[in-house]
Amino acid sequence: MNASTLTSPAAARPPRTGAVSYRSVLLALVTGLFAFGVLPFIGNDYLFSAVLVPLLVFSLAGLGLNILTGYAGQLSVGSAAFMAIGAFATYNLALRLPGLPLLVSFALGGLLAALFGLLVGLPSLRIKGFYLIVSTLAAQFFVQWVFVKFSWFSNDDASGVISAPRLQVAGIDFGSPAGRYLFTLAIVSVLTWLARNLVHSATGRNWMAVRDMDTAAAVIGIPTGRVKLLAFGVSSFYLGVAGALWAFAYVGTVEPHGFDLARSFQILFIVIIGGMGSIAGSFIGAAFIVLFPVLLSNLAATWLSGVIDPGNVENVQKIVFGALIILFLIKEPDGLARLLQATWHRLRARHRKP
Amino acid sequence: MQFFLEVLVGGLLAGVMYSMVAIGFVLIYKASGIFNFAQGSMVLFAALTFVSLVEKGLNFWLALAATLLVMVLLAVAVGRLVLRPLVNRPPMVLFMATLGLSFMLEGAAQWLWGAQVHALSLGIEDRPFDVGGVFISEFDLFAATTAALLVTALSLAFNRTRTGLRLRAVADDPLAALAVGVHIEGLWAVVWSAAGAVALVAGLLWGARTGVQFSLSLIVLKALPVLIIGGFSSIPGAIVGGLLVGASEKLAEVYAGPLVGGGIENWFPYVLALLFLFYRPFGLFGERTVQRI
Repeated sequence: MNASTLTSPAAARPPRTGAVSYRSVLLALVTGLFAFGVLPFIGNDYLFSAVLVPLLVFSLAGLGLNILTGYAGQLSVGSAAFMAIGAFATYNLALRLPGLPLLVSFALGGLLAALFGLLVGLPSLRIKGFYLIVSTLAAQFFVQWVFVKFSWFSNDDASGVISAPRLQVAGIDFGSPAGRYLFTLAIVSVLTWLARNLVHSATGRNWMAVRDMDTAAAVIGIPTGRVKLLAFGVSSFYLGVAGALWAFAYVGTVEPHGFDLARSFQILFIVIIGGMGSIAGSFIGAAFIVLFPVLLSNLAATWLSGVIDPGNVENVQKIVFGALIILFLIKEPDGLARLLQATWHRLRARHRKP
Repeated sequence: MQFFLEVLVGGLLAGVMYSMVAIGFVLIYKASGIFNFAQGSMVLFAALTFVSLVEKGLNFWLALAATLLVMVLLAVAVGRLVLRPLVNRPPMVLFMATLGLSFMLEGAAQWLWGAQVHALSLGIEDRPFDVGGVFISEFDLFAATTAALLVTALSLAFNRTRTGLRLRAVADDPLAALAVGVHIEGLWAVVWSAAGAVALVAGLLWGARTGVQFSLSLIVLKALPVLIIGGFSSIPGAIVGGLLVGASEKLAEVYAGPLVGGGIENWFPYVLALLFLFYRPFGLFGERTVQRI
């Protein structure tokens, strides 16, 4: 799916799994400085709460699914179930063990989601391909049912919608929009850095080997079963932390209906549109998913006001997403990430010509 | 005992409905190896188109013909615009493409015809009558008869016509079929049209029971375990799987549900399907095509 098609030597891009290049370090540093040092001062509350925080949370979730689907080649349509487990586990840990630092309960919430991910991944040892969607759909429905039915998880709250506790780390309050942004950004940055190292390590290469041809991977001695399970575990950890961030830093409530099948599909779309097997793709796809509806409803209100009435924006959005998915699968299976990269290289090649 | 029978019969009749949706899947899977997630949206799209045409004053048969025509056009468009460019890609990619297709159909159906619930009457009353102490709805019997007729017609078409022969050839070995001159794109159109027609029938039956509304597209989620249990490539399998899922989920809900707080209908079929995946991954009637590692 990710065949590196190197074009002419002039336009050659650095290989995907290569060493860290000087330019990419620079890019990461500049982005980091801007995100940590500049944005918190120039952004407003709307930008933080409605754009940047959901963007980061979706990116992390997309990254989690990308590890499983993009790198290890195992399709999942139950991402939201792992997010739900992460959110509810973190909430209950914070509630029932008051002394526990918040970051520890986030990590433990992620680990519980990872454990559940291992369980859901077990069928992948015997079946493959799209049969796996049965196991992940089962997880999706079962988890939602558990959190709706057993009110112990939501602290016996009658409404089933509980507000998340305040974000506080080492006595510093991160409750303001900018604070929640910084908190999310810090966690997402660390986890992205870890994921980047992981997919460039032997583990990541094992995942890709299983994805590209599992028989060959088994022949050269890769323990395919263990490798797949590890992908399920790591992916679910990321999704679990994303779910906890969703509840604690983004919506501020913990409720099962936020983690339904539609959310799982949304995360799958991030991966398809952003780019399968690409870390940057998870971020680009998330940006698309967050920004496109905003753009469309603005367009519907201004230029297209006669064509699309406000009640239909959601339907138009569905049609466009559906069409884009098909279009990307046909034209650019490596997603927006690859598209942007190709455009960049083309521009640079043109620029270099005398 | 009588209560048990009533639950069982109710479950079996609900299962008939699941089977109807599953048959649409099997048709497409047999001919092109695609797991068509959009089948549920096709049910919604067909039923909404039909009911909106009837509400606009068209008579029943004209509306039926017009909807069938729309489904055929859709089938041709899907073949040209989605299937042909994706030839030779992994099944996972094709599955994701049908996911995109289902979003397009859901959006288009609700954009064109609105999102409200439409009442639909087929002229058959939902009146229960007594058969040896067990109450059976007249409408359910009608649905079961329709399903039986549909299956008979489909198996005749599969086993007695030249197109059916070509279809079986493609299902058996696509390359060999191509080599002897089977026009595969024409077959795609035929098969997707047939699946569209099945979707229309299923949509009308479900719609008459529950009203034509968005939730119709969600029966795709019930049909998936049906397919795993019955086998992806077998029409009898879809029937038996549907009945099995319908009956077992209702029985589980009534007898095991109260122990855990109820509402287990949603995931019980999946657990059943998972058990099948472990012990009989090709389903009850399917061919042994699941790859093992």
